[in-house]
Amino acid sequence: MSGRALGAAFMALWVLSAPARAATLVVHAETLHTVAGQPISDGVVVVQDGKIVAVGPASRTPIPAGAERLEARVVVPGLVDAHTVVGLSGILNQPQDQDQLERSEPIQPELRAIDAYNARDELVAWIRSFGVTTIHAGHAPGALVSGQTLIAKTRGNTVEQAVIVPQAMVATTFGDAAMNADREKGKPPGTRSKAVAMLRQELVRAQEYAAKRANGDPAKRPERSLRLDALAGVLAGDLPLLVTVEQHQDILSVLRVAREFEIHVVLDGAAEAHLVLDEIRAAGVAVLPHPPMQRAYGEMENATMELAARLDAAKIPFAFQSGFEAYVPKTRVLLFEAAIGAANGLGPERALAAATLDAARILGIDKRVGSIEVGKDGDLALYDGDPFEYTTHCIGVVIEGERFPGEAH
Amino acid sequence: MKRVAAAALLALALPTASAQDAPQAFVGARLITITHGEIADGVLVVHRGKIVAAGPSGDVEIPRGAIRHDGTGRVILPGLVDTHSHIGGGWAADGSAPIQPGVRVLDSIDVRDAGFQRAQAGGITMINVMPGSGHLLSGQTVYLKNRDANTIEGLVIRGPDGRILGGMKMANGTNSRRDPPFPGTRGKSAALVREAFVAALAYREKLARTSDADKKPDRDLGLEALLEVLDGTRIVHFHTHRHDDILTVLRLQKEFGFRVVLHHVSEGWKVADEIAAAEVGSSIIVVDSPGGKLEARDLLLKTGAVMERAGARVAFHTDDWITDSRLFLRSAALAVRAGMSREGALRGLTLAPAEMIDLGDRLGSLDAGKDADFIVLDGDPLSVYAKVLETWVDGAKVFDRAQPQDRLWAVGGYGAGDPRAGHLCCFGAGSWE
Repeated sequence: MSGRALGAAFMALWVLSAPARAATLVVHAETLHTVAGQPISDGVVVVQDGKIVAVGPASRTPIPAGAERLEARVVVPGLVDAHTVVGLSGILNQPQDQDQLERSEPIQPELRAIDAYNARDELVAWIRSFGVTTIHAGHAPGALVSGQTLIAKTRGNTVEQAVIVPQAMVATTFGDAAMNADREKGKPPGTRSKAVAMLRQELVRAQEYAAKRANGDPAKRPERSLRLDALAGVLAGDLPLLVTVEQHQDILSVLRVAREFEIHVVLDGAAEAHLVLDEIRAAGVAVLPHPPMQRAYGEMENATMELAARLDAAKIPFAFQSGFEAYVPKTRVLLFEAAIGAANGLGPERALAAATLDAARILGIDKRVGSIEVGKDGDLALYDGDPFEYTTHCIGVVIEGERFPGEAH
Repeated sequence: MKRVAAAALLALALPTASAQDAPQAFVGARLITITHGEIADGVLVVHRGKIVAAGPSGDVEIPRGAIRHDGTGRVILPGLVDTHSHIGGGWAADGSAPIQPGVRVLDSIDVRDAGFQRAQAGGITMINVMPGSGHLLSGQTVYLKNRDANTIEGLVIRGPDGRILGGMKMANGTNSRRDPPFPGTRGKSAALVREAFVAALAYREKLARTSDADKKPDRDLGLEALLEVLDGTRIVHFHTHRHDDILTVLRLQKEFGFRVVLHHVSEGWKVADEIAAAEVGSSIIVVDSPGGKLEARDLLLKTGAVMERAGARVAFHTDDWITDSRLFLRSAALAVRAGMSREGALRGLTLAPAEMIDLGDRLGSLDAGKDADFIVLDGDPLSVYAKVLETWVDGAKVFDRAQPQDRLWAVGGYGAGDPRAGHLCCFGAGSWE
């Protein structure tokens, strides 16, 4: 299908489904995984005005008259991808559709994902067709501080229609990937120590800036700095620091900086987290492990498909993510990655939680998404079998009562 | 069955033979034979590196003295054949010219690369190692048995004439487009390839014209390799993505008559009938999303299904490091997800790729007389939950998930890493096109 045709298809869906959103939708499942509790056999979910208004066994759940019905063997909450670059790193991988990384300076927290997010990129529809309804999207690893992430639903033609949290976290990178591409020419950071020193210096600057900005006398306040505003948000606890970091010594550096500045960090990637589990647990930090199918090379040479299971056993909060791919495939699919985690020690039940509610909790949106409970958004993914099996299909997706097609082959 | 009896006699005659020498019987496993169906309760007997028998329990005589393996709850499949991989860090042609047929990838492969261990963990027993990307013709590929070996000679297989077996890697589309002497357009790409084959034909004519050794043209390794291509003893493995580029390959193939396997074939679903009509094999890649480069924009999971329906021959490959050798079974499973038949998908991991490298008579199915290359799984090969427990090559166990070191290759963890980057790391921006 050409881009134009695909766009037209989206438009058609959008128009058709707009009135459907106001209507009542009933989704009937042979097995309903609410994630909030035990699976319900022969269960139903009722979605009204975009919100879940009833959940339970079909025999005991009143169905409003005139409701539209959907059926599936297995229904789960819409999947929540805890970190992706979809929407910023476009399908074509040409310069004009790659907005995931700005290399002009090593520290640029003022860059916002909402100013680049392309709600119409075909990869948004691609991941949605496998059941992903919420994404934490933003800047890719590769700069010390690369920008502010967003949280969006995989719907809409504009970022405004898609976004639910415009500024979610500040994306940063530790380790070799944080080094300046021109480090051979003396451009910093060129070493791990330098990178940490630069970040600490900038956080100190933001501390002082925030204190001065709080001065009761407006005349004595320093001029506004978008950069320092963002870091002040980190220091105030409004914006967690999302740190892509793979090697064990770098993970410990992140924890050291987090302690020093008393900031909320989330570890991303964390290929060698299995070497420092005690330290991570003691720090009370959540981890978004690299996709289980991550290729093992470079800083990720010690990656394991069992990382999620290891984190789970260590009682460290974690959630699945699709991460960043520079080449082919241009994006990983959360469903596929969670499946490999499920098959490598985690088991399907825990894997489903790590792809839904646990992700929502780490992202701070669990009041709204992540499980099938009354009052939450009507975000559902429908499958014709075990969602994690290779040969199962996603047969439909619902976002706030709006229906979207599942995977097309 | 005669072979079974002979093996039994041999075992009796040589009671002191080493365990290595004794026949091995896998009893009670589900056998996916590829050529004669799935046998729910089967027996596989192997001896001296070859399959002796594969059939239903009761029909297959287990030789006396055989080492018995309980196959209850296990599934046995022929060893997987990967027609396109870059493990071993090998590189053939350099940046000096777009067509370099005299260069062999076997001269650059590191057999201690962790990739070989990971491939064993994924059940891959036979690998066509391809030279890296970026040329119209990037050199000679090599077919490697994934044995435990310290030298490349320990991995190669040889034809009856002693020749090390391999193919020829070619590419079109944007892959080989860059600054001169490389082509800048598709038209120029095809013209350069045609000129190379025309030169090889002229060389052959000169060789044929005289029996006088003094008057023969000087030996040219590149032209000799191209003659092997034109003579059909060296198969062309042709990287091609876009529908029109696929048709260009078929056009060149028709003009010069070489034997070709299409590789990647991302838009094969758009020209499936043409591919089927040309009767060439396709070795396809399955990746998790379209995109990442312009030519992969329409790469979909349904390629295998559409081409199967059109009657084209389909195999899979890993293109490791593009996809992970440990997850090769997954490629076939995703093709089934998108509509390919189970039988076709499993054949696409085994016999179909074996045939595409001219080794269909030795590999790819559980048939008496074939090499004892097989894998033992704890579940259905198309299930995400199934694990490769053992990989056997030439009757020797090369991977055993129960062993901690082997498990490390399979799953990953501290020490499993390969410090080398992927094959796309070092050539320059152009090679990513």
